[in-house]
Amino acid sequence: MNSADFRKQAPNIVIWLLLLAMPFWLVGVGGYVELGTRVVVLGLAAMSLNFLLGYTGVLSFGHAAYFGLGAYGAGMIIRYVVPNTGLGILVGTLVGTLAAAIIGPLIIRLRGVYFAMVTIAFGQVFYFIAFRWNSVTGGDDGLIGWTRQPIDLGFTRIDILHNPTAFYYLVLICFALAVGIMAWLLRSPFGRTLIAIRENERRARFLGIPVDRHIWISWVISCCFVSLAGALYALLNNFVDPRALYWTQSGDFVIMAVLGGMRSFWGPLLGAAIFVILQDYLSSQTENWMSFLGLFFVLVVLFFPRGILGLMRRKAVT
Amino acid sequence: MTQLVLFDAFNGLIVGAFYALMALGLSLILNLSGVINFAHGGFLALGGYFAYMLIPYVGFWGALILAPFLVAFLGIIVERVLIRRLYGRDPLYSLLLTFGLAFIFEDGTRFIWGAQSLPYQVPGWLLSPLSSAYFFITGYRLFMVLIVAVAVTAMFLILNYTKIGIRIRAGTLDLETVSVLGVNVRMLRSLNFGLGVYLAGLAGVLAVGQLGLQPTIGASLIMPSFVAIIVGGLGSLPGTLLGGLLIGVASGVTTVFWPSATEAVIYVMMAAVLLVRPRGLLGEEGRF
Amino acid sequence: MSNERVNIAVQRRTVLKAGLAIGAMQVTSPFVVKSLADEPVKIGLDNPLTGTYAALGKNELIGCQLALDQINAKGGILGRKADLLVEDSTSGDAGTAVEKARKLIDRDKVDFLVGNINSALAAAIANVSYEKSVFHVVPGGHTDPITGANCHWNVFRVCNTTQMEANAVAGTLIKTAGKKWYYITPDYAFGHTLQAGLEKACTALGGAKVGGDLTPLGTTDFSSYLIKAQAANPDVIIFLVAGDDAVNALKQAVQFGLDKKYHLAGAQQELEVLLGLPPEARIGTWVFEWYWKQPNLPHLAEFVADIRKRSGGHVPTARTWFGYAAIWTCQLAAAQAKSLDPLKMAKAMQGFKLPPEVSLMPDGAFYRAAQNQLIPDLYVGNAQQAPKGGDREDLFNVTEIVKGQTAAGTLEDTGCKMTWPS
Repeated sequence: MNSADFRKQAPNIVIWLLLLAMPFWLVGVGGYVELGTRVVVLGLAAMSLNFLLGYTGVLSFGHAAYFGLGAYGAGMIIRYVVPNTGLGILVGTLVGTLAAAIIGPLIIRLRGVYFAMVTIAFGQVFYFIAFRWNSVTGGDDGLIGWTRQPIDLGFTRIDILHNPTAFYYLVLICFALAVGIMAWLLRSPFGRTLIAIRENERRARFLGIPVDRHIWISWVISCCFVSLAGALYALLNNFVDPRALYWTQSGDFVIMAVLGGMRSFWGPLLGAAIFVILQDYLSSQTENWMSFLGLFFVLVVLFFPRGILGLMRRKAVT
Repeated sequence: MTQLVLFDAFNGLIVGAFYALMALGLSLILNLSGVINFAHGGFLALGGYFAYMLIPYVGFWGALILAPFLVAFLGIIVERVLIRRLYGRDPLYSLLLTFGLAFIFEDGTRFIWGAQSLPYQVPGWLLSPLSSAYFFITGYRLFMVLIVAVAVTAMFLILNYTKIGIRIRAGTLDLETVSVLGVNVRMLRSLNFGLGVYLAGLAGVLAVGQLGLQPTIGASLIMPSFVAIIVGGLGSLPGTLLGGLLIGVASGVTTVFWPSATEAVIYVMMAAVLLVRPRGLLGEEGRF
Repeated sequence: MSNERVNIAVQRRTVLKAGLAIGAMQVTSPFVVKSLADEPVKIGLDNPLTGTYAALGKNELIGCQLALDQINAKGGILGRKADLLVEDSTSGDAGTAVEKARKLIDRDKVDFLVGNINSALAAAIANVSYEKSVFHVVPGGHTDPITGANCHWNVFRVCNTTQMEANAVAGTLIKTAGKKWYYITPDYAFGHTLQAGLEKACTALGGAKVGGDLTPLGTTDFSSYLIKAQAANPDVIIFLVAGDDAVNALKQAVQFGLDKKYHLAGAQQELEVLLGLPPEARIGTWVFEWYWKQPNLPHLAEFVADIRKRSGGHVPTARTWFGYAAIWTCQLAAAQAKSLDPLKMAKAMQGFKLPPEVSLMPDGAFYRAAQNQLIPDLYVGNAQQAPKGGDREDLFNVTEIVKGQTAAGTLEDTGCKMTWPS
């Protein structure tokens, strides 16, 4: 590895080392393991959203719907079908992905704010289903009466319920898989095409690129990983409620992506970390935390539209 | 049964008129400035609280007139100080800004007036039903519909017959040309935002006659307004009005047959419209 | 209320009191001084301060703080100072509520967990407290499973079950209002169990259900449900909706003139809701879980006066009392068990009767053994406009006090099968 390569890879290595060692250093700085797990799960959701937002240039304000579908899918499998964590994650992800694939064709022709509006509105459909279909989803009371199950590897059983560190590493493995696939996709010709669409859709169209189909695929991929994040989120809480599908949750994902930096691969993870810790901290300090959080949104939009990584990169250039 | 359906359809029109009032304000701002105003519900709540504060001094009627103007005034300040900076940037940013504002508004109203819902009284003579058979048509609800009708008519007159209104409509179609023709676009957008927020404030004053006045009062009203805009057609104000009335009736009638689907039905309607006619019922071709 | 502010306020007060205590104790027993300087006992409150339940949460918090100050003034918990760590659980976001519970338990190492108003969140954080074996008091989440089918040895509840409220009011309603009932019920577990409870009680007394509708939580427009209710021509329209929904529903029912044709009633009602209604809509027959006006009850006047000092002159509501009783339950459990071991404390609280200065009820209140449910008095009566010349927050006229034991049913009915850790 020559030095230029190394410099390029250094941030990646640092991030992975930090993530791998999180359970050990987080407690030392006053956190707790579940906080780290939450950051990784929400970070995955924000990074998945950013696949669409930052790399395809399409603004979805309805990703909470697929996040929630993943959560309900996982929870319901464990609650009603078989107590198997792995299957829960798999089915949760599939359910969210399938819903996104079906809704995609209805909305991909819209752009900009209109796309955002329609994604919100469709997201609300799932919210209301979860909210009103009491007998199955538990309605407003949420889906209770289940917990994440130990993972059976044949030679050994890993208790992820009572051992938060083990669960953290399960989440991290899923995270690594998802992030790895996204990074690989973005480096592929397909990913380059998405960026071309983001930069100039009309030109991409003239070049004969089937823009709508590409946006549809990007939408489905993005929703697939956000569903995975949702499934993990359900396991983290041992609980799902309709709030996971509410449109304000989508707004949180978008702000995480923007806060960290939409144009950078790791930005949304950083954004999620800041968001989670800030919310956690503010709401312990003052009951008016919503004002401070709102003000923070406003300040980010006005002064750091490129996000923190965007800002750092610009500093590095100048 | 037929009577019940008719009652509910009629009742749905009343409810729909209210959705339309909210949606028209959103739609105005969206069309000219490309901003989804998530803080619309917050402005609605402020309308209610301002009216609550004003009633002891200027009475119900004075509050009905003054409160929306105060909200509009505040709206114009918000537009000038914050939202204006984001025109021409990715719509994402204005979306996030109003999203943050919605947080601040909800929390701010709670900070000032408390979380406890406040008792709000409308004049006694408006409170009784007009006839005992049609008990759901109370003086107040009829009055609400009347105000909505007046406000909507006034708005359409303004948009069609005044200079500012015509400029707003022109700006909706092609802002660049309007700007080149020497119109002060910044001023136009401010006024337009004020007008949209005025409608939210008015909706707020009307709403608190029927609903409890508390900080989250606007939250559950904003989504039906979104759907009204999409169903009616993006970019079309008459469409928004029609969309509002339609979803009101649809959810009203659904209550008779399948109460659990009352909210979902408006989203199903939206999906159907998008599938058959993506630009919405009265939307213009190729506007998005 | 910020965590820090709470702590600082408490500390300042405790320092003062501790100063006094040192002065006094130098004569009597010097040992307590040393233990007061020990690590404080921590109580974590994970309850809504924002969103729909913010008003209720605020009142519970005020009650909690009063109890905390009283406890510290009387020597703390097992001679150690008590601290209250306050976290906003939000009104409906389980993810946040669960995370806060974990934070309180894992990081802050609280000895007691208190929360939540929202039944769903109460159940969600009870999962966490059970998993981590922490003594947990639910002040105000009503659905039955918390001390029923999903009961846990470590989870105690102050407020009533919905079944108790239904049983308390049913007799009065049949007697005074009529036998044909129409239900307007919120569509979640709280509403479902409340309606089922009322139907059961109503049928037993010879009444009948003539119809009903489930309204989603957060319904703003009740007109279409009211139209259906009118078409069914009942004697009584039963409103089981709570909070802001109740404000909206009652406001609209009165505007439609339904109060003149039918008897409007329900089971649980709260002072917070009546305060939010215009005077003409303060009507109906209801159950209150606690009321601030109870003639000739010892200790009540002091409690009301203390709360007024902290709430800007407002009277305590049932919520204020829930918070108050919840924090005192923590202190009493520790004192009774002479230990902070959750299992010992839980065992000590089986069948424990609250002292009169905490229960503030004519017949007192006790935690039923093998269910951990507080069995208090229930107050049946009518909502009223504030009496002329009286207190403007005197909005309820108690007509009957129902003993909790008669309303609670048998232990088997609750479905609670408690298992204890070995």
